[in-house]
Amino acid sequence: MAHLNLDENTIASCRESAKKIADDVQEFVDKRATVSTERTILRLYGVDGVTHDGVPLPNVLVDEIKRNSALPLGAAYYVANACLNRNIIPQEVAEKVARGELDIIKMPRAPYDEIIGKANEMARPAMQRIKENRQTRERMLKELGEGQQPYLYVIVATGNIYEDVVQAQAAARQGADIIAVIRSTGQSLLDYVPYGATTEGFGGTFATQENFRIMRSALDDVSKELGRYIRLVNYASGLCMPEIAAMGALERLDVMLNDALYGILFRDINMQRTLVDQFFSRVINGFSGIIINTGEDNYLTTADAVEAAHTVLASDFINEQFALAAGIPPEQMGLGHAFEMDPDLTDGFLYEVAQAQMIRQIFPKAPIKYMPPTKYMTGNIFKGHIQDAMFNIAAIMTHQGIQLLGMLTEAIHTPFLQDRYLSIENAKYIFNNMKHLGDDIEFKNGGIIETRAKEVLNKSAALLKEMETKGLFKSLEDGIFADVKRSFTGGKGLDGVFVKDEKYINPFIPLMLGGENE
Amino acid sequence: MSSGLYSLGKKEYDRTLDLTKVKPYGDTMNDGKMQLSFTLPIPCDAKALEAARELLSSMGFEDINITCSKDLGVGYTFFVAYASTTHTVDYTSIHVEEVEKEEMTMDEIDALIREKIGRKIVVVGACTGTDAHTVGIDAIMNMKGYAGHYGLERYQMIDAYNLGSQVMNEELLAKAIELKADAILISQVVTQKDVHISNLKNMVELMEAQWVRDNFILVCGGPRITHQLARELGYDAGFGSGSFAEDVAAFIVKEMIRQEKK
Repeated sequence: MAHLNLDENTIASCRESAKKIADDVQEFVDKRATVSTERTILRLYGVDGVTHDGVPLPNVLVDEIKRNSALPLGAAYYVANACLNRNIIPQEVAEKVARGELDIIKMPRAPYDEIIGKANEMARPAMQRIKENRQTRERMLKELGEGQQPYLYVIVATGNIYEDVVQAQAAARQGADIIAVIRSTGQSLLDYVPYGATTEGFGGTFATQENFRIMRSALDDVSKELGRYIRLVNYASGLCMPEIAAMGALERLDVMLNDALYGILFRDINMQRTLVDQFFSRVINGFSGIIINTGEDNYLTTADAVEAAHTVLASDFINEQFALAAGIPPEQMGLGHAFEMDPDLTDGFLYEVAQAQMIRQIFPKAPIKYMPPTKYMTGNIFKGHIQDAMFNIAAIMTHQGIQLLGMLTEAIHTPFLQDRYLSIENAKYIFNNMKHLGDDIEFKNGGIIETRAKEVLNKSAALLKEMETKGLFKSLEDGIFADVKRSFTGGKGLDGVFVKDEKYINPFIPLMLGGENE
Repeated sequence: MSSGLYSLGKKEYDRTLDLTKVKPYGDTMNDGKMQLSFTLPIPCDAKALEAARELLSSMGFEDINITCSKDLGVGYTFFVAYASTTHTVDYTSIHVEEVEKEEMTMDEIDALIREKIGRKIVVVGACTGTDAHTVGIDAIMNMKGYAGHYGLERYQMIDAYNLGSQVMNEELLAKAIELKADAILISQVVTQKDVHISNLKNMVELMEAQWVRDNFILVCGGPRITHQLARELGYDAGFGSGSFAEDVAAFIVKEMIRQEKK
């Protein structure tokens, strides 16, 4: 395989800086939890459903605990205590609280070690179900096989889960390996997860557990028909990041968008909230065998792709360290980057190849997620189709892992059935026709591509060094990523963050990190 | 298969351009040639080809040539076709409202503000509603701008406030009132199910309800926005793709001068 001559010491120094940055944040994270992590625990305990006025039961319980300023002990503590006290299950606790029949705060407390024992015992069914889901995926991958990397990844976004199923099955038959159901615009800012099958969304379909189940089942059918396992993607991001990770784990999703910083930068979610939430969500994804995708590509939609290339790499290093801290192995790290340079740029393709090859080499085991041109897509579908072809060439040359296919109608509408067909045809043609190009060429020593890659790596190393001194929080306040500045106490969702009591209980983090899969 | 390719007969049409009866141009004046692509929810077979042809025929096409038909995997068929339209358009009778674009540079605009307004003007912008796509508002407002055209933040005589994405109309208006803004910019990228229309309308209604519509120059933009649409919705102007910060800034300043706002 063609290889760039990159300085191993510089790469090691980047990792070292990123580790310090992440460790620093992890110390902060370990002391805290959020309303969303607590709702996640409840969901994993099997609490589901909504009240007659549509409030999800996990929210009812957590809101009740919050109203009593009792969050520091955690939802697991009160629910386990209530279950011991009344000899009931968590779902019954939630229903009784919703009907105002049970005061879980004021009821007598069982001895602490009994509560811990109960909290752990109640975690077993979800742990078992997730473990079985993981085994089912592994078995289906073995029996049915899968597409070759770069996996062809397409989105469906009709707003209606049943229409999404039609589009997703068609895409699979056309050759797609991975289907992402885009979420409805605005879901990231909801501090609850909607319930049930949904048929109305804008620019996408709501992520609900029922919608996950419907799509997974439809993709299982088409996987069997095609003899190829089709992966399903959703978005563990926004204010309900860990809850969605839990729902995905329970319904056997395969890939989750799950970036440590995306919500902070692009949805103005408070940084404390997102960093605490991302940890638990990643622990769940790691345990479930779900590949996470990070969102560095988005930096380049606001910042310039040439000037800001090093911030993408720096963020990949940081996301890698956060992922390792949450027990995610490199094979599940779909670190992100994008083909977003101005097409008018002379030698722009060489710079893109430099970036793609560099990231490939630095994260050799990761299924690198490569994002298509969006910023310079114009509505001229004919040129757009060529831009996407250039992107596909860069991908096959540099052995990318997950290829999010560009659509010729980007910037016009969410993909039509035929748009997806054309873009899959485009990718299949190029991936087959140029299959071993990357193995058969060498990059010129000191050439444009190698020089560019070195420059980006060096700038990343310098940036990470600077961030190491400043810390991540201050760096985000200074607008290091994506030209976006965020304050430590600004943004949405800060009132859902709390400092844990020393008796706080979240049984899932130790269980999931403790190698339960072995 | 008679595509008409070798037939001389059909090509005997008037080859002079008549602006009252304009037709698409392929390679000969008035040949009416158009390229089309579409999907029909029927299986890909001979019957589908005939269905596609009949559909085009009923739309006023002749010389229909279905050049590609492909099964899309769910019993639906994708077509590419070339055909000649029998319809024409009277170009001479068309009137379109357009923002009068007079090319001005950033420096010229700053100079104009200094001379005619005599103070910095305040512009507040956001991508409103549930729309999370900041590409458009960033291109117009952020310092860096887009494609070499600096954004409003860089203008010496403009105080630009980019509130970002997913801003509620109420919030944007409150901020505009608080900052005593001269102009409000709204970007809308997501247009599925016409969500942008209702959102844009809602802003105007909100402003009218608070009796402040006349206090601001109100401008919207986005890939599917036209000036005409913007005017219909009660905006002062609308900017589509290919608009830059200069276009927006020049419009705001000239409109302020025209309305004698200082």
